[in-house]
Amino acid sequence: MNLVLETKNINKHFLKPKDFHVLKDISFGVEAGEFVSIMGKSGSGKSTLLYILSTMDTDYTGELFLNNTLITGQKHQELSRIRNKHIGFVFQFHYLLSEFSVLENVMLPAKKLAEKSVAEIEHDAMEKLIMLDIEKLAHQRASRISGGEKQRVAIARALINNPSILMGDEPTGNLDSHNSENVFSIFKRLKEEEGLSLLIVTHDEDFAKRTDRIIQMEDGRVLD
Amino acid sequence: MINWKVILNIAKTHLLTKMKSTVTASLGVTFGIGAYITLVSFMTGLNEMLDSLILNQTPHIHIYNEIEPSEKQPIALYQEFEDAFNVVSSIKPKQSQKKIHNGLPILNYLKNDKNVYGATPQLRAQIFYLSGSIELGGNLLGVDIMEEARISNIGDYIIQGTPEDLKNSENGILLGAGLAKKMSLKEGDRVQISTIRGDVFPLKIVGIYQSGIAEIDNIQSYANLKTVQRILGEAKNYVTDINVKLNDIEAATAMAKGLEKQFQVKATSINEANAQFETGSNIRNLITYAVSITLLIVAGFGIYNILNMLIYEKMKDIAILKATGFSGTDVQLIFMSQAMIIGTVGGILGLAVGFVLSKLIDNVAFETEALPTITTYPINYNVWYYIIGISFALISTFVAGWLPSNKAKRIDPVRIIRGT
Repeated sequence: MNLVLETKNINKHFLKPKDFHVLKDISFGVEAGEFVSIMGKSGSGKSTLLYILSTMDTDYTGELFLNNTLITGQKHQELSRIRNKHIGFVFQFHYLLSEFSVLENVMLPAKKLAEKSVAEIEHDAMEKLIMLDIEKLAHQRASRISGGEKQRVAIARALINNPSILMGDEPTGNLDSHNSENVFSIFKRLKEEEGLSLLIVTHDEDFAKRTDRIIQMEDGRVLD
Repeated sequence: MINWKVILNIAKTHLLTKMKSTVTASLGVTFGIGAYITLVSFMTGLNEMLDSLILNQTPHIHIYNEIEPSEKQPIALYQEFEDAFNVVSSIKPKQSQKKIHNGLPILNYLKNDKNVYGATPQLRAQIFYLSGSIELGGNLLGVDIMEEARISNIGDYIIQGTPEDLKNSENGILLGAGLAKKMSLKEGDRVQISTIRGDVFPLKIVGIYQSGIAEIDNIQSYANLKTVQRILGEAKNYVTDINVKLNDIEAATAMAKGLEKQFQVKATSINEANAQFETGSNIRNLITYAVSITLLIVAGFGIYNILNMLIYEKMKDIAILKATGFSGTDVQLIFMSQAMIIGTVGGILGLAVGFVLSKLIDNVAFETEALPTITTYPINYNVWYYIIGISFALISTFVAGWLPSNKAKRIDPVRIIRGT
């Protein structure tokens, strides 16, 4: 069993406005090539957990492993690099840089990583856009395209550095059923064709049911 | 590892899409620096003109023989009264000549000193200018006119005739402009002068001298040293003053002290002679700098404001950049480079604006009786002001950019993305 992501006894408190124990002893793992969804009511702590897993939130106790390396306690600079190279992230609201073109948005994380030449990055980015069937939008400004298209651009951006895992915070939450279906089939294809691991927080039961495994959360605990 | 190409590209895109704010912020710097350059060039130009008006008339070291009482009265040397309390009433100055003792050897010594740019002998004579039955009191200065023209800018103040004209004429005089006007005399006329003893000499006016200072122009004229020695009936070694110009004006005070000790003469340096003048210039410079720094600080606040606004607008972008792997430092550098680009562009434009405005002022006519050599407003094109200007532009934009960009560095992406 090859775990891409693993947590051991993660606990988190919100101290304001008063002490609140959001996450209680969270321990689970995601295998390579597994499509996992996290479900739970509002306030069950699923988004909070996701941001800890994404390395953006460092204020917790417990241990987080990515590709069997301990992530907990690393410096911010190092966490940024890990996030850049190993984690793709898709938000509920597309969150593209509106002043840049679609292609530039997709290329940006790879330029930051700087492992390839600009020409190679551009080639890769075009490939991702073609794969997601939005190559004709490449030179449009990101602010000029529709919501469903934006989310596909965001997925392309999350994939540009060929990450170990793709995380999503309700990526279909803001889309109509047609576009939701579209995004789901993209995720499914990525898992099947590229062997990508996915960890998606969602409210959508239909979406969750079609994934490999559902992690149910309630009151800060993982239900088995 | 910092990827400058990516950072600068993002900074450039931000600046270009927010053209209006960028232009406003840059113009703030441009006006600040432009005003600084113009102001400082104009003010120091005026200062220098005013300084030179007085200072050019003052030699770096002026050597003369002071008529003064002996410091030790004879009774102090008398041993019998050694412990007594001596009172001497109605002390008279020490019996001495007005001329500098050993004037010519001193002059030779100075001319061989490598710190000395030039030294000229002068003979100052009290005379009367005669115009019919009217006698006007005044000075006649005997000078070595060619040497004088070399080391001072007396040539600028000879408004008619040339130094050569005086040199080539045995009985020539460069008449003060005020005197010429009073006595209705012009170049080529003759003027009669009388010494204190009553000897009358006719001199030919070979030129008119105007220093711009009425007190001088109304009483003082120049003639050859030999001519004045002859008028006074003195020998060729009779000189009352020696004016010294040094290569380095800063050495004047020390050298004046040395000369006093060595030759037992009175030597005053330019610093002593114009101490109050220096104070005036310093205060004017202080005012210039106070105004300039105020302008630059105002420009700095403009940049601070605009960057602050920009960062609030770009909150979501910052969160995305951080989520996709840009570190806090990267984000800070993005905003810092925007500030520095604004500072550099605004600063360089400011230097250009300052230069153009200075040029304009430089070409505005400014003619005054007092300053025969000045025809336009004076401007000081000192390259240092431009260096200070661009440095201040960069430093102030750096500080103005640092505070907001540091805030951007510390923005927590999770809070922005989750909207809490």
